[in-house]
Amino acid sequence: MFQDIYTVWLREMVKFVRARSRIISSLAMPFIWLFILGFGFSSSINIPGLPYIGFLAPGIIGMIILFTSIFSGISVIYDRQFGFMKEILVAPVSRSSIVLGKTFGGATIATINGLIVLGISSALGFIEFGIGTFIAIPFMILIAISFVAMGLIIASRMKSMEGFQMIMSFLVMPIFLLSGALFPLNNVPDAMRAISYLDPLSYGIDGIRGSLVGITNTGLIIDFLVLLGISICLISIGTLMFKKSTQL
Amino acid sequence: MSAIKIKNLTKKFGKFIAVDSINLEIKEGELFGLLGPNGAGKSTTLNMLATMMIPTSGSATVNNIDIVNQDSVRKSIGVVFQDPSLDDELTGKENLEFHGRMYHMQKDLMSKRIEEVLKLVGLEDKAKFQIKTYSGGMKRRLEIARGLMHHPKILFLDEPTLGLDPQTRRGIWDYIQKLNKDDGLTIILTTHYMEEADYLCDRIAIIDHGKIIALDTPENMKNVMGGDILKIETRESDKLDKILKFEWIKEKKKFDGYLNVTVADGGSAIPDILKASSEAGIKIDSVHMIRPSLEDVFIHFTGRTIREQEADTADQMKSMMNQWGKK
Repeated sequence: MFQDIYTVWLREMVKFVRARSRIISSLAMPFIWLFILGFGFSSSINIPGLPYIGFLAPGIIGMIILFTSIFSGISVIYDRQFGFMKEILVAPVSRSSIVLGKTFGGATIATINGLIVLGISSALGFIEFGIGTFIAIPFMILIAISFVAMGLIIASRMKSMEGFQMIMSFLVMPIFLLSGALFPLNNVPDAMRAISYLDPLSYGIDGIRGSLVGITNTGLIIDFLVLLGISICLISIGTLMFKKSTQL
Repeated sequence: MSAIKIKNLTKKFGKFIAVDSINLEIKEGELFGLLGPNGAGKSTTLNMLATMMIPTSGSATVNNIDIVNQDSVRKSIGVVFQDPSLDDELTGKENLEFHGRMYHMQKDLMSKRIEEVLKLVGLEDKAKFQIKTYSGGMKRRLEIARGLMHHPKILFLDEPTLGLDPQTRRGIWDYIQKLNKDDGLTIILTTHYMEEADYLCDRIAIIDHGKIIALDTPENMKNVMGGDILKIETRESDKLDKILKFEWIKEKKKFDGYLNVTVADGGSAIPDILKASSEAGIKIDSVHMIRPSLEDVFIHFTGRTIREQEADTADQMKSMMNQWGKK
């Protein structure tokens, strides 16, 4: 079982390292957001005791992890479309190993992307480097695992990548915008705040922000427990859906 | 010993019956072909045997293991699917390594085996290149190599030469034959190419609408057609028809300027026919011998030609999809 998970994970890593140009282009986007929004809103949004860009940076770390991981989960469609999934499915390995390998593979890549944004933000002085930096990492990993699993669930119901744009507009963007990545959630209308409590990413961003700059709504322990619960749920559902979608 | 035993195997997709209560036994060491048009149920049958699909009813054993024991069956078989199933971004060697790890091969054994199978299909020089750079034939060869890596007892090939050019097809046939004859590997392939089934297979099952409608060696199947047809060109076909009274003549058909004579062995019949006709003073302009092809056999059993037209369209679609996949 462990070896099978590793095999599936390793393939994701080899492909990630090989696609260097893809890494660079996928990292350009978060920095464009960070710089333009960070400096653009610096005078209009007032966060007590913190420049806006310091508030925004944890949100952008969450954003890059969200986008990378959900895409990585959905990209299992490509494996199906280009046939490699059959090679995986005909091998004598359990379906759970395949799902876990895929999930950890995608989560590793997403976390690495998050770490790069975290590192550069620290180097540029937007956030302080310290113990909090290391406390943020488990939150980043849990966000990554949850959303790769969510991507896998979506992929088990999608036939091609054609629906991807719709997923972006109606699922990924709302998850991102409602998570409090860009603005504090304590001053928004009650209804919106209520919805944001249903958003898994809210807890992730709150956890990262709490660790890095000390601003938190729900507290790190609750953030961690909620995220852990969500990621376990999503992996379980993902495994069931994957089994169902491959059982012809 | 049977490599495969199939009992009343059935697969339904909704109301559509893809495979309709098939019974079949395949011997160890046999090169067996499932022949039929697209959509006849060949691939579905193969997918059920390879544990990629679950039968609606009926049962089957592969290497004496019931196909419900998916993992045990999977360990003992190699499968080459109809559509490419390689990772384009990985190298040939990496694809094989992935396979070896999935089948829990030991590391040193795996590298040795990778060299062996690459040599077998003549791809040693290409091992370090990404699959993107491979031609269609090379991909197929690598897939065959991969299917053999874990020493399977049975190799399943689903349309092994679909979409390949004739020369590459020949090459793949040679590899398939070599594996079967030299290593005694049981091979089961599906095809809708008559000449492929005829050239390669020890026995053939013709499948149409989910049912096996004929099962025999290619030779015996062609003999069902009654043997060779001699097309004798002569102006006196009436007269020739009357004097040819050999008991080995199975059928005579008279046309204007021609007489078609069906016999078991055309080659040895020609001298006798020529002798008889010259004794009777009949002038024969030409004799043309037609051996029945598997295509004729197919028409005989199904009442129509294999849907080549449809198959060609499918081939084109595939190559288009592949082109598109390359970006």
